[in-house]
Amino acid sequence: MSVLVIAEHDQNNIKVQTQVAVAAAKAIGGDIHILVAGQNCQGAADAAAKVDGVQKVLLADHEIYGHALAEELANLIVSVAAGYSHILTVATTSGKNYMPRVAALLDVSQISEIVSVESEDTFKRPIYAGNAIATVQSSDAVKVLTVRGTAYDPVSAEGGSATIEAVDALPGMGVSSWVREDVVALERPELTAASIIISGGRGMQNGENFAMLESVADKLGAAIGASRAAVDAGFVPNDMQVGQTGKIVAPDLYIAVGISGAIQHLAGMKDSKVIVAVNKDEDAPIFQVADYGLVADLFKAIPELDSML
Amino acid sequence: MKILVTAKRVVDYNVNIRVLADQSGVDLNNVKMSVNPFDEIAIEEAVRLKEAGKAEEVIVVSVGVSQCQEQLRTALALGADRGILVETDEALQPLGIAKALKAVIDKEAPGLIITGKQAIDGDNSQTGQMLAALAGLAQATFASEIDLGEDSATVTREIDGGLETITVKLPAIVTTDLRLNEPRYASLPNIMKAKKKPIDIMTPADLGIDVTPRVKTLKVEPPAERAAGIKVESVEVLVDKLRNEAKVIS
Repeated sequence: MSVLVIAEHDQNNIKVQTQVAVAAAKAIGGDIHILVAGQNCQGAADAAAKVDGVQKVLLADHEIYGHALAEELANLIVSVAAGYSHILTVATTSGKNYMPRVAALLDVSQISEIVSVESEDTFKRPIYAGNAIATVQSSDAVKVLTVRGTAYDPVSAEGGSATIEAVDALPGMGVSSWVREDVVALERPELTAASIIISGGRGMQNGENFAMLESVADKLGAAIGASRAAVDAGFVPNDMQVGQTGKIVAPDLYIAVGISGAIQHLAGMKDSKVIVAVNKDEDAPIFQVADYGLVADLFKAIPELDSML
Repeated sequence: MKILVTAKRVVDYNVNIRVLADQSGVDLNNVKMSVNPFDEIAIEEAVRLKEAGKAEEVIVVSVGVSQCQEQLRTALALGADRGILVETDEALQPLGIAKALKAVIDKEAPGLIITGKQAIDGDNSQTGQMLAALAGLAQATFASEIDLGEDSATVTREIDGGLETITVKLPAIVTTDLRLNEPRYASLPNIMKAKKKPIDIMTPADLGIDVTPRVKTLKVEPPAERAAGIKVESVEVLVDKLRNEAKVIS
């Protein structure tokens, strides 16, 4: 058996999600190779080669891979797929974009967002917004998988000494082109990598009130999230959304402020180690999953919390 | 141009699903079924493009059991012009659905195909991308804005950390994210009118495709319950617990 992991990286370095994928690959067993595809991405390949447990890094460094367009990336992955029993990456917006394309080109199924490896062909994954967990077995020759970013602890970024092998770029399909990216420069940790998250819901009443959470977040080194209700109400942008239709997170501490606890929100955060809920409605479902619940008006409680940190 | 959209029949998003005691799946008896909400966004977008004069016809496709006609009627009431049902009792998986859709687009030659980014039952997020691969077309997933031109579309996509804009050559597959639009409600006159709109029914065999599942579900279980916690009476107690009991803040 050998597993091909597709790296998430920023050209200069790998992202921690790559180490999560390697952890899942270790649970499957066999040799582990990483494919780094990008433009001027030697730095990322060098970092990938140091990841614990990796034997070989395949490096495809070409301008057509610079923006991770799904069409080009999928063709590249298929071109190196021969001999691998498993092809896997993390279920980020990028992995979710190209991986089903890889599966279809190989005429195999994809198993999305696995949360555990039961054996080389059997995996657990959440369905119905996390309200049920399915154990599924693949009969395909190649298992194409995405792993949920919170499912495994990342392996160490150090300790490996893999060889790096260049892979030729393929001719481009030329059906899509990148125009621009509007990514907010984060002063805080990313939601999916943060060890503490404070999230606001409809109870925040408007976007300006999120400033209260920012102050607390700055003191705790926390990321800021939001419920779908807060996003739908236009308080904050969608990339802050935690939930089944947003980001799936599992920090050490999750503080839910003015969030009622709809199923779809719980699906995105209920694997957090410690959950705190602040809500004035004592019957809010969020209290059923909270380790520490505080029934209080958030407009009094949050400034008080801020002053005590 | 023609726009093709999808309407998957799924358990309504308001239903609290129940896992069957024999672990064979989720109880679907007497449960309200609806159009997958992300597909509803796809239908709405196609209808708006037609209303804006950028498309002549909106075709809605469903793949599954005979009762999927209910979801096709809903889509027709929302403004789609005609429906296609690829009827099968097989337990469908994204690859099989993508193959059925590929066969339909080969016949219909739409200029744009819009699907939901995922269905709320299987949460796979695969069908649109697989369809694009099988058809050899460009894809723009997780769209929050579509600017449709004659030969290409410029699509803004929701990505981790922000937005990305790409241009895709037509025909292309776009999958919808939440903020693309807010679907309308069907009016009573439109519901009545939808009853007269045509629905073509065909089978996977008619289309010459194999939709046999490749992945076997061994069991379905409820998720692990979280142990109930405690209520604290003040912010002071909360901070103390977090510092000294849970030890998650310093």
